[in-house]
Amino acid sequence: MKYGQTPSQTVGPYFAYGLTPEQYGYPFRAACGPVLAEARTPGEPIVLTGRVYDGDGKPVDDAMIEILHADTRRKYLFGRCGTGADRECTFRFETVKPASTGPRSAPHIDVIVMMRGMLSHAFTRVYFDDEQEANARDEVLADVPAERRGTLIARREELPGGMVYRFDIRMQGRDETVFFDL
Amino acid sequence: MKRDLQIPTLRPRDWSTQPAYVYPPYKSTVKRGPTQPLVPVKRALEQLAAPVYGHGAVGPLDHDLTRNAVKNGEPLGERIVVSGRVIDEDGRPVRDALIEIWQANAAGRYAHKVDQHPAPLDPNFLGAGRCLTDKQGRYTFVTIKPGAYPWGNGAGWRPNHIHFSLFGNYFASRLVTQMYFPGDPLLPIDPIYNSAPAGARGRLVSRYVPLASDPDFALGYEFDVVLRGAQQTPMENRE
Ligand SMILES: [Fe+3]
Repeated sequence: MKYGQTPSQTVGPYFAYGLTPEQYGYPFRAACGPVLAEARTPGEPIVLTGRVYDGDGKPVDDAMIEILHADTRRKYLFGRCGTGADRECTFRFETVKPASTGPRSAPHIDVIVMMRGMLSHAFTRVYFDDEQEANARDEVLADVPAERRGTLIARREELPGGMVYRFDIRMQGRDETVFFDL
Repeated sequence: MKRDLQIPTLRPRDWSTQPAYVYPPYKSTVKRGPTQPLVPVKRALEQLAAPVYGHGAVGPLDHDLTRNAVKNGEPLGERIVVSGRVIDEDGRPVRDALIEIWQANAAGRYAHKVDQHPAPLDPNFLGAGRCLTDKQGRYTFVTIKPGAYPWGNGAGWRPNHIHFSLFGNYFASRLVTQMYFPGDPLLPIDPIYNSAPAGARGRLVSRYVPLASDPDFALGYEFDVVLRGAQQTPMENRE
């Protein structure tokens, strides 16, 4: 090992016109956005939505969430969404329900969280509350203290527009979301 | 966005070179940084490949911020060329890394709706760009030297900086950072710069290098980025 890693620095409050320009209405083409699935992507269409809460329980309006997951062809889909484009400070991804990637792996979405006030990004994971059997076999979830696993489980809600999974991220407090040393 | 490499074990995130989540001199971290210990993960998580961007994801002017948002003239300010290499900890080039940058204009104002700093906007400068690294891990941006701006964390002003977002070849090598300029008097008192451990923060400062070609067009700065890499050389076709 000859070179040390470059230190991380905060994404700051002004990332939107560079990293999520189309979502926020800036005149620059986006490299990626909150819609991951194309019409021909196999699988059940879902929406993944939620908010990011700070240590005071206030929704964060300048966070950026990135997600990565496998579809049923084991093709990886990637998306990015900021929380400052709507009044409720929500992120909202349109994708398909992920497929399991192995016998000891439940369907899940890998997540990167960054925002003003975070000097390094954090990694977390979304699991699904309607996959209890698979969740019980998942080797990553097994290493999470049992009383904290609930912070990684998205709740399924069947709404008129389709299937929505709600996943809130809490940076601090009693229900602080589990972040991984990745 | 798929890559079927045999992904080797990555070197871990080296916390001796990374800022802590909660760093009180940067006040916003106090309520936003996670406080519980990070949960260790099985290899499965670090084996994830990063999203892959084809060259179609980058437009011909995306790397040139002096031209990619021009309306009726040239942007104001000092033209600079920022170039460098993206490598891993063993010095291997990271090729096809997506680099996205954003910055303030020469007056220290971001083209962002919530930036309230009463410095002028430049109608010919947006301040956003992107490019992919080549086979040697090299990249080049043409831009304007960003101005300093006050930021409400006490009385301080941010030193001149360009925000960098990088995707290497692995999901776990994701990095968002900032590039600074040599000799900036604001660096020693900037809480964000100083959040990086003392032995590592110098890596965030670019080097002034006179341009070999076109020295009358712009000043040159070099900024290399080191991403987390593999423990061993990956088994892939080497050129
Ligand atoms: Fe900034």
